[in-house]
Amino acid sequence: MGEFKVHRVRFFDYMPSAIRAMAFSSRSERLALARADGALEIFNFADNYFQEKVVPGQDSRAAETLCWVGQRLFGAGLNGDITEYDLDNLRLRYTVAAYGGPIWTVSSNSQGTLLAAGCEDGTVKMFEIMEERIQFQRNLDRQKGRIISLSWHPSGTLIAAGMMDMIRIFDAETGHATHRLLVERGIGASKSKEVVVWCVAFLSDHTIISGDSAGKVQIWDGFTGTVVKTHLVTKWDVLSLSVSQDESSLVAGTSEGTVIQFQFISTTVDQQDKEWVRTRTFKNHSHDVRALAHIDTAIVSGGMDTQLVVRPLLDKVEKNTQESALRKIAFPHRSLVCCAKKAGQLLFQFTEHLELWKLGESDGHGKPGDSLPLKKKPEKLLHLKKKGDNHICCSALSPCGGWMAYSTVSSVRLYRLQYINNDISITKMSKLPKGLVSAHRLCFSSDSSKLFASSSHSVIVISLNQLECKYLYTLKPKSGSRQPVHLLFASEDGKWLATANTDCEVHVYNLDKQKLHCTVPVHSSCPTAIAIHPVTSNLVMAHADQQIFEYSLLHKEYTEWSRKLQKQGLHSLWLQRDTPVTHITFSTRNPAHIIVHDEFMFCIIDQNLPLPESKTLLYNQMTLRSIPDQERIKHSHAFKICKNYQNLLYVTLLEDHSVVVVERPLLDIMSQLPAPVRQKMFAT
Amino acid sequence: MAALYEGYTLCGLVPAQNLSNSGIRGIEEERDSDHVVVTDTTRSVMLYKVSDQKPLGSWTVKQGQALTCPTVFNSQTKEYVAVSDNKVIRIWKEEDIVLDKAFKATVSSDVWKVHCVQGGEPVVLFQRGAVRLLDSLLSAPQQPIEEVLAEEEAIRWSTNVVAETQQFVIFTTEQKGDHFLYLQRLNPNTLQRYRLEREEPGLTPLSFSATYRDKHILLLYLYPNGHVYQSVVSVRGLGADEGAQALPLPRSLLLGLPVGEGLLEAASALALDEAHVAVVGVPHPSAGGGKDFLCIWNTNFQTLQAGKEMAGKIYGQLWSYSNKLFIPHGKTLSVIPYECPKSSLASALGKLRQAKTEESKAPLSVPSWNNILHGEKAQPTRTMETRKTRTSRKTQSASNLTTDEVLELIKTAPVEKVQKEVEGLLSRADIQDLQPSMGQLTSTLVSRSLADPAFYTPNTLAQLVHTRCLCHSVCPDLVLLALERKDYFLCQLCLQFFPDIPEAVTCACLKAFVSMPDVEAEKAILEPDSISFMETLISKDQGQAGLQNGVSPTTFEEDCSDTLSGGGTQSRADDKEKAPTPPEQICPVGLHKAVLLNEVLQTAFSDTFLLPHLKDLSSHHVVLFLQYLQFLYQKYSQDAFPQMHGLRSPSLTQIMDWVCLVLDAHFTTLVMTPEAKGLLLNLHSFVKSQVRLVSELGKIEGSLQELNKMKGKKDVGQYSIEVIELF
Repeated sequence: MGEFKVHRVRFFDYMPSAIRAMAFSSRSERLALARADGALEIFNFADNYFQEKVVPGQDSRAAETLCWVGQRLFGAGLNGDITEYDLDNLRLRYTVAAYGGPIWTVSSNSQGTLLAAGCEDGTVKMFEIMEERIQFQRNLDRQKGRIISLSWHPSGTLIAAGMMDMIRIFDAETGHATHRLLVERGIGASKSKEVVVWCVAFLSDHTIISGDSAGKVQIWDGFTGTVVKTHLVTKWDVLSLSVSQDESSLVAGTSEGTVIQFQFISTTVDQQDKEWVRTRTFKNHSHDVRALAHIDTAIVSGGMDTQLVVRPLLDKVEKNTQESALRKIAFPHRSLVCCAKKAGQLLFQFTEHLELWKLGESDGHGKPGDSLPLKKKPEKLLHLKKKGDNHICCSALSPCGGWMAYSTVSSVRLYRLQYINNDISITKMSKLPKGLVSAHRLCFSSDSSKLFASSSHSVIVISLNQLECKYLYTLKPKSGSRQPVHLLFASEDGKWLATANTDCEVHVYNLDKQKLHCTVPVHSSCPTAIAIHPVTSNLVMAHADQQIFEYSLLHKEYTEWSRKLQKQGLHSLWLQRDTPVTHITFSTRNPAHIIVHDEFMFCIIDQNLPLPESKTLLYNQMTLRSIPDQERIKHSHAFKICKNYQNLLYVTLLEDHSVVVVERPLLDIMSQLPAPVRQKMFAT
Repeated sequence: MAALYEGYTLCGLVPAQNLSNSGIRGIEEERDSDHVVVTDTTRSVMLYKVSDQKPLGSWTVKQGQALTCPTVFNSQTKEYVAVSDNKVIRIWKEEDIVLDKAFKATVSSDVWKVHCVQGGEPVVLFQRGAVRLLDSLLSAPQQPIEEVLAEEEAIRWSTNVVAETQQFVIFTTEQKGDHFLYLQRLNPNTLQRYRLEREEPGLTPLSFSATYRDKHILLLYLYPNGHVYQSVVSVRGLGADEGAQALPLPRSLLLGLPVGEGLLEAASALALDEAHVAVVGVPHPSAGGGKDFLCIWNTNFQTLQAGKEMAGKIYGQLWSYSNKLFIPHGKTLSVIPYECPKSSLASALGKLRQAKTEESKAPLSVPSWNNILHGEKAQPTRTMETRKTRTSRKTQSASNLTTDEVLELIKTAPVEKVQKEVEGLLSRADIQDLQPSMGQLTSTLVSRSLADPAFYTPNTLAQLVHTRCLCHSVCPDLVLLALERKDYFLCQLCLQFFPDIPEAVTCACLKAFVSMPDVEAEKAILEPDSISFMETLISKDQGQAGLQNGVSPTTFEEDCSDTLSGGGTQSRADDKEKAPTPPEQICPVGLHKAVLLNEVLQTAFSDTFLLPHLKDLSSHHVVLFLQYLQFLYQKYSQDAFPQMHGLRSPSLTQIMDWVCLVLDAHFTTLVMTPEAKGLLLNLHSFVKSQVRLVSELGKIEGSLQELNKMKGKKDVGQYSIEVIELF
């Protein structure tokens, strides 16, 4: 295969934002997750936990709480608004002010007709959920002190509200408080501090579970309003609670980063009396666990340390399978990096700004394993801040490095970049075509003459030249899918444009004829990366279930290689990887080479070599290195996997055949997190 | 090792307000080792029974009067003698209750101290240096007292010592920064004056201690810089008065104690025996700068033997009576029993050699978690051992003799009686307590046995060795005695348990074992474990003899085929050469002989010392021994013959070491000996295969090291251009 010069880039200071809230919809098997920067992410748990949608955030608007009502998703935050998200267009559908000060929590009844919001001013506000919007209905009896948490009784007649120092039970019909459950304060110094009931859960047997800032998980009898059992689980706060659907198990998240499971079981064998027993403790976080979801087979948790952790419950899944493996999702499942291959430039997309870097150079040669002396250091060319309140949702850099574009939900901005003797000048293109309001994905053609912008479900094509940009035409698929286009790829020869949407559809348009060329047979799993081969015009697709397909655009059918791959099946270790392929590129020197990468490896697939059998060693680079040349050919297979670089955000090949890898080590992220709560270790 | 035991409080103290002194003027031994008289700095005298920590009596002088010297007990008259207000000598008996009604005599000059040794007559030392026997003083209390000391010379410390029949009063004085030692002999009276060498300017000795040993008085003194000096004065050479001329007193530095920062202030050193010094008020070398430690140092090895932290302030006072240290600290007077057994290098350096085999048997001093956690007093193994010894003795002697009595008994009593008493003693006492006396017991037994050919107690000696409290240096003649008496079991035990058998003795054993006829060896009763090991080895050999003809390790076979013309190869039985049966197939020595030889193989040795002794072996014996070693080597290398079942067995390296040593010692002889030819060729091939093994191991080590290097990889910066290769 040979030697590669690798630009190992670690200066992309990408910092994920802390997880604030999450809500799981068991009907659609989707997890909605709100981050501290206001972004909302949708993970499809039915499709390998793929992060299929991201709604970018806004300044001063971050959801504190999320709530699914059927397919609709509501959120509310400390700015006092209730928001419904438009998941088809990846934006906010509307916001309604609750006029009760900051909103700590929203919760809908099981019928999906009412939405209750707990406000800072001590009111629980009821909103009626209507077809297109929500409408304020009434207030429940106003209380002293803020409402921190809410939980409906499944019957919809009662609501439990967690407050300062107490829990109130309201009759949802009359709006009167029926019970007052006093929550004990912490002992010692915290005696004088109000205890905050961070979370409550109202079970169908009228048991109320609460978690509070004194570190207690308490089980209450909802009829009498008495404590049944108190579990002191931490010295710090219990921040989140989640109950399984069958109400046999619940989990509580603490400031120490632990998640504690309680189960409703009989303590002695053969006895009917069941009680809530503390059973397991999971420690997968270093910081506060702010959000929890107890799904059927797993516990999903997230918090200050920004990672989403899916911890399968080993009594619910088959052991030693891929299903039973712990998953940590630390990085977005889409590329935040764009590379101008010809110019050797990298564009990094942050939520509020863009950075443009020029790679360094080295003329040295070295043997494998060496680091080459740098002739030129990498250089930051540009730091461009976003305009307006909305965060950046996508960006693109043209292959020549002369154009740059980014989009928020409200506007698209296009810039012309010029280089005159090491100086860079940036000109914003005014007068963008009217149709171009926002884009989910931007992409330049390889000759930098066109800009493709996918909005909702169509693609707008714009021609670019030095002076102006002009709307050319809009490409629309024939299918009626309303799902957003999340992948866009323009072929090297300028003839093809491929799009993929979250309905798993992949469309290819013929740009010469300006119409749909073909639709690839729909695979059950969402595409995570697509690319068109520059020479053969084959479309290569990677899916969330780790499958790889190659589709011939000329013959409108899967290629021989792809069929062979499907027939033989991918290697089991390949299928067990738990991060999706986020970028596909091709070698300029050898058309048979496809370069793909995920978070933990990059792989050069050599289509000329035999595919690995199920018994062959998939990760065989070490073995090949150790055996003599003649024998290598016998042992090598199509998947050449390099694991030297970890936490990869981007891998591509430059024109000069050198590889660019963008790493973001988790340790660097950890070191930027605030200090976790102090815990007593040995001898400290 | 010397040891400090758990101490206990004798009484509380009333130290001076500023803690400048402990409030104790002195402690003197009373009628026996269990009674002491404690005199405080003010007015009272207390009599204590030490083991009960109980006061038996108390006397006080009137308000306004003060005791100015420690009360002493005159054991001849059963009277107490004290001095109040420097000039009033008071004498009373235990039954006197009120001191004022007791005998009083006022003398004409200030008294420094009254001294009285056990069984001796009280001696009065005056502040100006004159010395009187108490009796003669009391006969005329107002007699004029001469001035011995010069102007401005003052006594700093004094004691008295009985040397044979002579009584000496020893005191030191200070005059303008110079220190002098006075040696006053009584009856006939002579006085000798010595000048102490000066230490660094401004340093005066903190404490003195004098002992009498071998017709010499040994003076030990401690300076604030931590130096402990010893000066030796012969008592014999003391002539008549040589006037006031002071002889210089030679000294030798005994110990340089670590002092930490600054100088010592309140510290004291006390000679416990010829090799041990108790020191108080000096920092523990491994415990930082705190000076509140009581330590025992061995002056021969310059090692710290035991240390104990004392709570509260240390006043630099220390007394020692019959294996107990009396130390005032803080607000208590503590009694700390100690023990200084005779030191040997082996016991000082520890018992490293047998760590492997003894692990399972938990040596006595190894702490176990059980003990620490549950505070068990006895270790399970030990109780078992003692129980065993107990049950083995059917007729427990009713007499409970002390160690000393048993020692006396050994010198004269008949064999049976000695055996019974020693065993009785061993079963009664905790072995750990007996440790110091164990050596004495053994050496007495050995010396009696050597002197008296009819006297020998094999069982008792074996039992003593079994306690693992002995080492060769404690009873140097034991092994040779056992050899002489053909007590091979004892030899085996000694070889097993003694960590410090000299190479000469090892060689003597080897010689005896190799040369003894097999018949004699088979008669010996040996340790069953070692026998069973050898039995397995030999039986394996016989059982598999046919099989092994084909399956010896390949490397070995290759080696043989190219180095030998078939001579020793077991696989080429049909090869033309003589060797009717390959010699290495059968064990060349009898079972018991092999067992004994194994013990020799497992002893520790240093080859430089062993080599000269090995040369004494006759060539015939050498060949036999080498044949045996060859047999062992082949057994070990054929199948991965185990150091099996945890039995004590020589290791392959030990065998190789001995092969090399014997070859080194006798190479020329062996080359000339025709019957050794095959043997040498075989051994050569062994060496070759070992060399090959080692070189392979070296390669592995090299690659492992490379792996290690690869791991510790560089720190990657923000950006680098690297070269990788994919295959």
